[in-house]
Amino acid sequence: MKRLKIVALTMLLGMFASVVRVNAQDVAEGEQIFKNNCAACHNTSAEPLVGPGLQGVGQRRPLDWIVKWVHNPQAVIASGDKYANDLYNKFGKAQMTAYPNYSEAQIKSILAYIDAQNAAPAAPAAGVAPAAGAAAPAAESNGGMLQYILIALLGVMVLVLVALLSIVTTLSKLASVSAEEAESIPLLQRIAENGKKLAANNAFKTGAALLITLLIGKATIDAAYGVGIHQGYAPEQPIHFSHKLHAGDYQINCGYCHTGVYKGKGANVPSPNICMNCHNTIKRESPEIQKIYRAIEKDEPIQWIRVHNLPDLAYFNHAQHTNVAGLECQNCHGEIQKMEVVEQRSTLTMGWCIDCHRKTDVNTKGNAYYDKLVEIHNKENKEPLKVANIGGLECSKCHY
Amino acid sequence: MENTTKRYWRGIEELTNDAEFVKYADREFGDAPSADEKEGAIFDGTGSHRRDFLKVLGFGMSAVALAACEAPVKNTIPYLNKPEDVEPTIANWYASTFVDGGEYASILVKTREGRPIKIEGNKASSVSKGALSARAQASVLSLYDNEKLKGPQIAGKAADWASIDKEIISGLAKGGQIRIVTNSILSPTTKKVIGDFIAKYPTTKVVTYDANSLSGLVAANGVLPSFDFSKAKTIVSLGADFLGTWISPSEFAAQWAKTRRVSSAKDGNKEMSRHYQFETIMSNTGANADYRATYKPSQEGLVATALYNAVAAKVGAPTLSTSAVKVEYLEKAAADLVASKGASIVVSGSNDASVQAVVAAINGLVGAYGTTIDLGTPANYRQGSDAEMNQFINEAKSGAIAAVIFYNANPVYNHPRGAELAEALPKIALTIATNDRADETASLVKYNTPDSHFLESWNDAEPKKGFFSLTQPTISTIFKTRQIQSSLLTWAGLNADYAAYLESNWTSNILKAGKVQWSQVLHDGVYEFGSTASAAAPAVNLADATAAISKNYKAASDKLELAVYEKVSMGTGSQANNPWLQELPEPVSKACWTNYLAVSQKTAAELKLEQDKEAELTIGGKSIKLPVLVQPGQANGTIAVAIGYGRTKAGKSADGVGANAYPFISTVNGTLAFFNTGDVAIKATGEEVKIAQTQTHNTVMAREAVVQETVLSEYKKNVEAGRFKPEILTAEGKKTATDISLWNGHKYNNHAWGMVIDLNTCTGCSACVVSCSAENNVPVVGRQEVINRREMHWMRIDRYYSSDADVEDLKGLEVASENPEVVFQPMLCQHCNNAPCETVCPVLATTHSTEGLNQMTYNRCIGTRYCANNCPYKVRRFNWFRYFQTDDFDFHLNNDLGRMVLNPDVTVRSRGVMEKCSMCVQRIQAGKLEAKKEKRRPKDGEIQVACAQSCPTNAITFGDMNDPESEISQVLAAEKTGRSFGVIEEINVKPNISYLVKVRNKEREGKKAEGEAKEHA
Repeated sequence: MKRLKIVALTMLLGMFASVVRVNAQDVAEGEQIFKNNCAACHNTSAEPLVGPGLQGVGQRRPLDWIVKWVHNPQAVIASGDKYANDLYNKFGKAQMTAYPNYSEAQIKSILAYIDAQNAAPAAPAAGVAPAAGAAAPAAESNGGMLQYILIALLGVMVLVLVALLSIVTTLSKLASVSAEEAESIPLLQRIAENGKKLAANNAFKTGAALLITLLIGKATIDAAYGVGIHQGYAPEQPIHFSHKLHAGDYQINCGYCHTGVYKGKGANVPSPNICMNCHNTIKRESPEIQKIYRAIEKDEPIQWIRVHNLPDLAYFNHAQHTNVAGLECQNCHGEIQKMEVVEQRSTLTMGWCIDCHRKTDVNTKGNAYYDKLVEIHNKENKEPLKVANIGGLECSKCHY
Repeated sequence: MENTTKRYWRGIEELTNDAEFVKYADREFGDAPSADEKEGAIFDGTGSHRRDFLKVLGFGMSAVALAACEAPVKNTIPYLNKPEDVEPTIANWYASTFVDGGEYASILVKTREGRPIKIEGNKASSVSKGALSARAQASVLSLYDNEKLKGPQIAGKAADWASIDKEIISGLAKGGQIRIVTNSILSPTTKKVIGDFIAKYPTTKVVTYDANSLSGLVAANGVLPSFDFSKAKTIVSLGADFLGTWISPSEFAAQWAKTRRVSSAKDGNKEMSRHYQFETIMSNTGANADYRATYKPSQEGLVATALYNAVAAKVGAPTLSTSAVKVEYLEKAAADLVASKGASIVVSGSNDASVQAVVAAINGLVGAYGTTIDLGTPANYRQGSDAEMNQFINEAKSGAIAAVIFYNANPVYNHPRGAELAEALPKIALTIATNDRADETASLVKYNTPDSHFLESWNDAEPKKGFFSLTQPTISTIFKTRQIQSSLLTWAGLNADYAAYLESNWTSNILKAGKVQWSQVLHDGVYEFGSTASAAAPAVNLADATAAISKNYKAASDKLELAVYEKVSMGTGSQANNPWLQELPEPVSKACWTNYLAVSQKTAAELKLEQDKEAELTIGGKSIKLPVLVQPGQANGTIAVAIGYGRTKAGKSADGVGANAYPFISTVNGTLAFFNTGDVAIKATGEEVKIAQTQTHNTVMAREAVVQETVLSEYKKNVEAGRFKPEILTAEGKKTATDISLWNGHKYNNHAWGMVIDLNTCTGCSACVVSCSAENNVPVVGRQEVINRREMHWMRIDRYYSSDADVEDLKGLEVASENPEVVFQPMLCQHCNNAPCETVCPVLATTHSTEGLNQMTYNRCIGTRYCANNCPYKVRRFNWFRYFQTDDFDFHLNNDLGRMVLNPDVTVRSRGVMEKCSMCVQRIQAGKLEAKKEKRRPKDGEIQVACAQSCPTNAITFGDMNDPESEISQVLAAEKTGRSFGVIEEINVKPNISYLVKVRNKEREGKKAEGEAKEHA
């Protein structure tokens, strides 16, 4: 999937180089808006999802109609517009959400993105293909590199083993002269005697006792540090919801369901009405989705099991990290787009938080809040501004 | 013992060598109770067998081991159908209106996940202007009162609405005289609903009364006038506590403060109004006055005529022939009133129409009408008529009434004839109460149809003519309650949907506009078109008034008299079961959790009464027992007792707290008089009953470093007048204390949060204290813990009295003056830059932030309390108990319903940790995040701390001292070489909170000058 995306993107880039009439920024903006708002119900291809596929929509309908529709679909339907009413009836009278806040320019950018998506495979690919090929391994370099290292290590180990074996053989050959004398004593007895001698050795005894104490001590401390840490916690949820499918395969933006993640403290587990935006038409018969229907019918909320638990004494705000700092969700939640069952990937300990605050550069770009701080910081430092430099390690940033 | 001839016995038992005594003679604590004797003895260590100990130990260890195995599973439960405008963890704000009796404020309600957690003032209202009293602040906790009625009841048994409606309708249909007994109703639409009800049942009459009646004022003026203190240069109050309890104190305090704000900037305002207060008790307003003198209640009318005569003599109007009364400063006040003609105002707290008529006449002479008093914009805060209420009680007693509906009114408790009414109630066939709880009145009626809390209701209000505001529900009803308007509509056989009724009444009669405007008004909370101000003075019959006054008042009286007053915290007692209010110290006496018999020092000595000793007050056969509080500044020969206490059926926090003073209210000239000049007898019972007072060191004790003050004339000459600048002798000679420091100081690159508190405009009203408690989950600890000095308020208002003694006379300095000057000083964590607490914490639980805050980290604190010991301001609070979980602290917050009021952004502190003002760091963080999200710096005023936000007089300025444009930077720039000072500057802890010197608009103090003034007067 990722690879495909990169290929597509690279090809798009290639195309934009020749077709300068379409502004790349428009497409980028359009992509963002589309993925955040439209992708849950619409494909850029002709394939219908919850709503119709949008390929060629800019040619099908006049722009002012599209703008009106996006701003207030209900009003367009109510106005008796035939096309709108046909559409409405065709898609099971499911009404599209209104987006009154998007400007005409923004809607145009969405159309530009849709066109770019559809134009992409048809673009002359001659010069682009090798570039795409080069980009793909780079994208997977992390995984690839690890494999190479492992193979290299294995090779080194085999070499070491061979060397050791040869040394052992040589030494035993050398030792065989004296060994002949001791041949009379059986091997087992010899080992036992040596063992006794060793056991009687005070230095050995002390050493062993110390070692055992240290090991137990280490184990206890490790265990104690682990109390309350639930890394790897992956409880079975009441509904088998797959992030791999939704966030991974279908690439639905996290913010579509987790409505608060860019706005507030909590990311929010989606309420069933958000599920129903799509699932009132998609896979209604699935037993898992039937559970959602049942919850709605019975008027009983779904009791999800909380995976990530911060203690009440720590205040964590999603918006600060996702919106202001621009961090990806995966930063803390791991590769959520690959998880069938959600699992706590990070330790969520204070040390883990602090560590990140020490290492991370503040996302100051284009944010006037930080301008003066950066200026003051750069006067005295060469290192970029870290979170720790602006009080990111202070108690009452998180505890109040 | 051998060398002395005297023998001492510990008791009669020792003398007689009693067997029991001998047995225990050498055992101080007697036998330890055995384990069987006392349940749970094992756990508290009073007696335990070895085996039991092992059992407990074993159980404990296995429990711990088991608990450690698996963390508890926590659920996360989303909405089933998330409302579009509710985002969990993000607060929603709604404009609404607070109304309690005649008390009004336009408010903004903060809700989190659909539950209201904080109330703040709505600045869009030109009536309340964002000001909010402590009681309005606290009303959000009353919403979560578990002791309210949980649904309708018939004769004390739970019933359903349908059957109760049926019974009531059939009862009403039987005919006969129907009465709706209510306190002032501010809502025009509710009045329309009542109109509809009357149309259906024409024998219905509405009886309006107010527990804190002002029917005399209304009678004298024709209407309740609008007052505007902000236009006054001379303010004279005859017993009106307009900054504390009178009519609309927050509104008046804001106006008053406008005339008291001075600035040391070069072209800054250096003029102040002059405020005279003549009163019996030491009121919150009196404590803020420039000149204050006392009179006895029996003199009240004659004080008014004396003032009239003094003014009339100066303007050449005919004087009244009444006996002269000698009150200090009266002449001076009259002179000032006349001198500032057109910018003068006289108000009186009297409920006697004849006294108010004289006051109206004085206002006429000094040109108050049209400037400071406006009859063209009548206020609706008090509509009660004492006569109507008396008539109703008489009718009830005679059995002439068939049905009565108590509309959120509790006359059995809060009317002086309540007991008579209680006896008469059985004579009424159909009795209904809509009160929120089965209180003193509601418990005596047959049908309880509880009204919803105002935060659960639709309503409107018209506090002044032409000024409207809306109330909208911010939570669906918690219990099975129903709005009274819906009840009345149901009983009248109409559509009970009051929300629709309200909207249609507004769109057709008030707004005269459509849905869009309605939504806009609902959003804003207020709709104002005002009314035409009028310069007309009311027509008063001075001759009749003078005659009545001569008859009812005496120039001098040797008898003991009783004054009945309202406390700032408790008011009329309608919210008595609100623990926040019970624990709120009264601004002047600093006493909470009770009312008391207040007497002046001289009277206490004469009557042999002692502070914290109980006494019995008897008037006309009625008596109450209350502890005595010695109140400097109260008129000699008087006893003062507050209403609002002595509830018997309000709930756990209110019942049995204090005693009910309503029965002592007398009737003078046909209206309720909040005093009693009958045969007042008081007798000490000898019992010791401690009053929970948060501040017992009463006087300034020449603490120049703590409170600094000056007088206006000196201030005009030198803006640094009154500033105390401690100097320290060093090897290099004398240096100011602020120049010497052991510390390197802090560098604030980002923000530098700070606060300036103007002692000149702080009235001590304590709204900030409740606001702080609500915002920061400050626990309520109860009477005994306050006595143990363990109150938890992060924000306290220190009150200091002046003393007449010499600076050298330390003993004498402890005694307050006969009529002391008072200073209020809000005291909270000063967020010192050289913080003494930070250096002594062994675990670094209290540290300094890069934004100037002194941070307190609860989860790191181990409770050594070193920090509290080392704090020079005594603002740190220690959690001695788990206040939110323990049933010993049964103050709403130990049950799930009450805990709904908690602010989810602030940790609930557990036992054993220290806490203190955090400068609302949660608000700072939220404000910064909002700015960062919008990629800009925070705007000044965008981030407000709870105390500054709630201050009706804007005495507290909070902001970023690094932002040169911010208000605080500008105030500090102007006052740096002016009034600004840090408390206890000589220890140079460099607080981030500055205070501004208090300026009194009076002649130079000093005993000599005052003595002369006395002779002159």
